[in-house]
Amino acid sequence: MSTPVLEVDGVSVSFAARKILDDVSFSVNRGEFTGLIGSNGVGKTTLLRAILGLQRLDDGEIRVNGAPQSQRSGSLGYVPQKVILDPDVPMRVRDFVALGLDAQRYGFSRRTKQQHALVEDLLNDVDAAHFADNRVGSLSGGEQQRVLIAHALISQPSLLLLDEPLANLDPKSVQEVVALLHHVVVEHHVAVLLSAHEMNALLPVMDRIVYLTNGRAASGPTDEVIRSDVLSALYGQHVDVLKLHGRVLVVAEPGQDNKDIPEHSTLTVT
Amino acid sequence: MFSSFMVNAWQAGTIVAVVAGVVGFFVVLRGSAFPAHAIPNGAFAGAAGANLIGVNPLVGLGVFALGAALGIGRLSRRGRADAVTALALVMMLALGAAFLSQSVEYEPQIFSLLFGEILGVSSSQILPVFVLAVVCVLSVAVLYRRLLLTSIAPEIAAARGLRPERVETIFLVIIAGATTMTVPVVGALLIFTLMIGPPAAARCFTNRTGLALFVSVAFALATMWGSLAAAFLTNWPVGFFVGTFSFGWFVLGRLYATWHRAHGSPKVRVVLAQ
Amino acid sequence: MHAIFEPGFFSSGPVHVALVIGAVAALVSAVVGVFAVVRGQSFAGHALTDVATTGGSGAFVLGISPLVGFLGAAIFGAGAMDLVGVQRVRGRDLATGVVLGAATGLAALFLFLDTTSGATTGATQTILFGSIFTVASSTIPTVAALSVVTIFVIAFIYRPLLLSSFSADLAAARGISLRVVGLLFMLALAVSVGLSSIAIGSVLSTALLIGPAAAALRLATSLRGALVLACVLGVVATWLGVLFAYDSFYWFSKSQGLPVSSFIVALIFVAYLASGMPVLRRRGERSGAAGRGGPRGTRVEESA
Repeated sequence: MSTPVLEVDGVSVSFAARKILDDVSFSVNRGEFTGLIGSNGVGKTTLLRAILGLQRLDDGEIRVNGAPQSQRSGSLGYVPQKVILDPDVPMRVRDFVALGLDAQRYGFSRRTKQQHALVEDLLNDVDAAHFADNRVGSLSGGEQQRVLIAHALISQPSLLLLDEPLANLDPKSVQEVVALLHHVVVEHHVAVLLSAHEMNALLPVMDRIVYLTNGRAASGPTDEVIRSDVLSALYGQHVDVLKLHGRVLVVAEPGQDNKDIPEHSTLTVT
Repeated sequence: MFSSFMVNAWQAGTIVAVVAGVVGFFVVLRGSAFPAHAIPNGAFAGAAGANLIGVNPLVGLGVFALGAALGIGRLSRRGRADAVTALALVMMLALGAAFLSQSVEYEPQIFSLLFGEILGVSSSQILPVFVLAVVCVLSVAVLYRRLLLTSIAPEIAAARGLRPERVETIFLVIIAGATTMTVPVVGALLIFTLMIGPPAAARCFTNRTGLALFVSVAFALATMWGSLAAAFLTNWPVGFFVGTFSFGWFVLGRLYATWHRAHGSPKVRVVLAQ
Repeated sequence: MHAIFEPGFFSSGPVHVALVIGAVAALVSAVVGVFAVVRGQSFAGHALTDVATTGGSGAFVLGISPLVGFLGAAIFGAGAMDLVGVQRVRGRDLATGVVLGAATGLAALFLFLDTTSGATTGATQTILFGSIFTVASSTIPTVAALSVVTIFVIAFIYRPLLLSSFSADLAAARGISLRVVGLLFMLALAVSVGLSSIAIGSVLSTALLIGPAAAALRLATSLRGALVLACVLGVVATWLGVLFAYDSFYWFSKSQGLPVSSFIVALIFVAYLASGMPVLRRRGERSGAAGRGGPRGTRVEESA
């Protein structure tokens, strides 16, 4: 059993006396697709930032490939939710992806043929080759996301982190992005950790789930976590889990304090 | 126009234009409008102060420009677009005016510091200016890729450990260096246009980053040379021509961009139609 | 007594003129400035000062009174901005910067032409940094009349102005013509820029417009309170500036004195910094002034 790509070990983070993350632990192995599921504002972004080393921990430790996060192993690829790109910025898509290779280098040296080939391959992988010479700020939301994924992947990270990539997308686009990510995981044997507030679209591809609420997390294979007893313990109140046509419904009893139950408690027909 | 006493002007102008083109490229990319206004104002106060106490004006320019740059760095880290930033801008000018009021040649000095002077850089200053220019351009070259990524996608840069705040501070210092040498020639109130107009136009003409940087320098050189020639011939202030030509480049760039969008390649049109 | 008021202060004609002009400019700037800050139009005010610079320099060359130049250019600029619909000018906008740069370049040309025509000396100083001790007393009636009209206009559109600052939709629903209110306010802004340009010069007049206003909004607990406080701060800073400048003639052996406008700007700057002191700020924030100052609170947004 090789070292997990990511180990989150007893992590706690507080903001102004409010505990956002409370003793959160889980790990991600190479080649695994993990979903970080929780409603908006529950702390998913905080957790991602902590993994990236951008958020100080009050307690616990985060290890990437066995080494403590503070050493910045550089084996993390990050795709933020949205990057605002000015259409006037003079940079082509292919140059932006190439920047993922060598942004940390000082000075400039010409890129090798091998590097150019790498960029080309990746652009094809994410189906961005047909607009590779356009300005990076002239893209639609979906196109931009694919380019950001390519940019993150080109440095061959062991773990790809995505912050709410499915938010604000129409159902068809959601399916496309999920399929793309699954393909990427298989092709590049890279681990993926993505945050979302709705888990149903990810059920077909998710290997493991980290379910976050009230600052606490339950993690493991999807079937073992998405169960009434586990989730009830997490929420601190009784919830039922219904599985119907391959989808999940988490339903709280009426009359209880339901504000933290995320959206998969409502029925979406796709 | 190429007599011996003008050689200084051409040398200084060329150096200044190259630095303004390079640094300006990133000023536009990063949207650093406020530092581009504030640092020259600080430099103005510094030059006025240096004049008062009889020190080399370059020193005054440099010290105050550096101070303004570091001050802005601290202010922007606090994250507020406060009135204090606008007031500090004006305060620097008022300070410079106060310094200059104590010297004998009040009027011509105010004018040349604010609006530029063909012979703003004396022959003894050419070498220090050249060295400073080399330092500025080399710094940009060394940080080239970091500057690019932190300008365009700061969150991704932060996630990669590239420390955008550090890069920003260093870049502000580079702006201070570029300002120090530019103010005597173009004037504190007008160097903003030299650092904005040519680069903003350049990026309308090409998608490729390196080429845009090169064109930015080319436009800045054209602006500077044209302004020096025109100022020499008409005796009018250099700053007037710099401001006007920069505006002209900007308009040209926007016109081209609009024309290109309307008549662009099918690929481009398809993308934009989404 | 002599330590504070150097001899001849109270009897000096230019001082009287300076005090009157300064106070009037400060009052108008304070009132208009508070609304400018609340409406997020501080940068529009700054843009107008650059335009005023061009106008003032141009007037000087043509031998017209600078006041006419300042006002004419500022009003023209305000009208143009309103027409194009750029009232909410963003300081970071490249186009704005380049246009203002061209305007400043033009001002440079005008000032140069003036100095070479040999008519007057010190044009740059007078236009850009003001020369309040040399303002002719004959301008007082004009200045006073303009300020009365401007304040009257503000008072007249006070409620719609307030409402449209809080919520454009609400105001429109009430049938208030936003265009008219917006235009009137821009014109008021232009006049206040023109008046303060005469007092402390066009390049520095931004300080008189947003300094007292921003400080007052931080400290006051209501909009009316902010208006009063801004007027007080502005007038006090101006009068103290006149006083210190007059006194400064006696401070150094060279007796050249320091410029009035530099003192005024410095005082305003200090006042604003002082308004940020935790002791004072807590008082304002506890009463919710930050929220009631306007939809954008007390922050000056478009000034950078």
